[in-house]
Amino acid sequence: MFDGKKVIALGERDGIPGPVLAECLQAAGTEVVYQTTACFV
Amino acid sequence: MDLDNQATIKQLVDAHGAENLVVVLGMSGEGVRIAAETLTTGDPSWAGPLAGVSLGLPVYHILEERVRTRLPAEIYAEKVQLMEMVLDVAQIEDALAGLRKTQAKRS
Amino acid sequence: MIPVLRAAVNTLVHVPDLVRYGSKPFREGSRPGSFLADLKARLRTFEDAAAYPPHQAFIGNLRPESLADIPSPWYGHPLPGASHQGPFGEILGQGPFYSMLEKADQFGLVSLDAGWTPPANGASAAAKGLMSAGARRGTEKEIRRRIGSGEALALEHEGALIGCIRRDHEEDESLAARVLLENLAAKASGAHALRLLLEKARLPAEEVDYILSCSEEAIGDRYNRGGGNLAKAIGEMAGCPNAAGTDIKAFCAAPVYALVHAAALVQAGVVRNAVVVGGGSLAKLGMKSHRHIEKRMPVLEDVLGGVAFWVGPDDGESPRLNLEMAGRHPSGRPSTPQGMMEALVCEPLARAGRKLREIDKYAVELHNPEVTLPAGAGDVPLTNYRTLAALAVIRGEIGREEIPAFIRDHGMPGFAPTQGHIPAGVPYLGHALAAMRAGTMKSAMVVAKGSLFLGRMTQQADGASIVVES
Repeated sequence: MFDGKKVIALGERDGIPGPVLAECLQAAGTEVVYQTTACFV
Repeated sequence: MDLDNQATIKQLVDAHGAENLVVVLGMSGEGVRIAAETLTTGDPSWAGPLAGVSLGLPVYHILEERVRTRLPAEIYAEKVQLMEMVLDVAQIEDALAGLRKTQAKRS
Repeated sequence: MIPVLRAAVNTLVHVPDLVRYGSKPFREGSRPGSFLADLKARLRTFEDAAAYPPHQAFIGNLRPESLADIPSPWYGHPLPGASHQGPFGEILGQGPFYSMLEKADQFGLVSLDAGWTPPANGASAAAKGLMSAGARRGTEKEIRRRIGSGEALALEHEGALIGCIRRDHEEDESLAARVLLENLAAKASGAHALRLLLEKARLPAEEVDYILSCSEEAIGDRYNRGGGNLAKAIGEMAGCPNAAGTDIKAFCAAPVYALVHAAALVQAGVVRNAVVVGGGSLAKLGMKSHRHIEKRMPVLEDVLGGVAFWVGPDDGESPRLNLEMAGRHPSGRPSTPQGMMEALVCEPLARAGRKLREIDKYAVELHNPEVTLPAGAGDVPLTNYRTLAALAVIRGEIGREEIPAFIRDHGMPGFAPTQGHIPAGVPYLGHALAAMRAGTMKSAMVVAKGSLFLGRMTQQADGASIVVES
């Protein structure tokens, strides 16, 4: 699924925030090219 | 989905190629469907740079079984796992599965 | 000196003709298309906004819990016989508010047409006291000239041009007309909340020593954007001659920080009577309006919110603000929902040797879900209550099957307008005070969060909490 792919991580403050998505994915050996966190309110 | 984000993602696709990119989401509820639809078939609100643009990016959610099982267990348990009880995982999986089915039919 | 919460006030100002100056509608409206016409067609009347059940809960005419019994959509079920006056609040119309904007302005920025008399819309005495005497009105010709030259923005009432607001510098973007409109709107709506607090609580204006503004606007010029002290300007407008003050800036968590600071100042004996006040956020009007239009709903983000709280020394009756249980989120902690709730809720409880179920009510970010759900932004309070309940499960305090009951008993439906800092748990304080005085509640914890990452200085979120108990 992630082999050789670059990842875009789109998080949410009240869900899973962007930096946490990136941390998990990078720890799994994936390259994260962009991460952001949405605040819908 | 945020219009500035749409523009950034469009630039990333131009730079890296859609075939080399994967999207992982961390949002809840209807936001998952809106983001996934925007990044596959185009902005459903027709307001942003991705209106009418079918990027066809593969979109996953971190709480989907196929994603979470690939992540280091310790970090996942510490920072993500509790959200399995908070967000509706079945609804998220259904929304993304439905979208993938539509995508497969089109291609 | 034990600090207590003496009084709480929540106000709304219905400003349909200012929705177009919200950040999102202003951008959408400057693009070619039918957006502004579509927006106009979906705006509510004052009567509809006043009878809207969440607004009735906001000013205290309805318990928030009762919203769960009103069928959806709430906008389709106005409260019969609804009043725009409530036990701890008021819903003000746009007419009197324009007059307050004129009064709030000391620099000749706002010009109202001399031929227009602002309707009072049954405003309270507190509101009427803040309306301008109209000594400095302009002519329609002059107003049109200013708008035509690009130096001023049009002010409309029920579709007719009634005035304008001009910039105060050609190049300073901090003094642009739209920025000054935002700032004056926060000042006037904040002064309204404060004045209503003084009247409802019978607190003589002279006895207010200190004002903490938790409004969101960054008052200043280009050399000190966000320089601040809207607090003092609000205090002056509300007629508090002995009050100094300052602003507390912490995104949407500011009202809770301000309550903690106010309680600490009173406890330390620095001041006797402190007031926390928050004016409305004009930038957030119509933030989700494109989705509401798409779903053929009324544009629900048509009100400015206001809050005011009186923190004073123990009077033997009012509930205590328990500073020993003030919660904070240090920068070394994860900015995840779990990390936030552990720091803001579980740790203060642990310090007091209490369990999650031992607080009667949690007032989290109380955004009205009817505004957020159609925009794909989720049910914010419900997500927060689920996080709390999940924490109670992993700490072994409740069973998984008890999650819905925990949320029902310790939570409530969201009823606050999506005004950023206004929904920060604090609109529940008026209800909590009433319940504690009636002896039906012992404790409530207010939990607010702020999205610091929006300002691009850190990836972190933040939060603050405080316990009110009888």
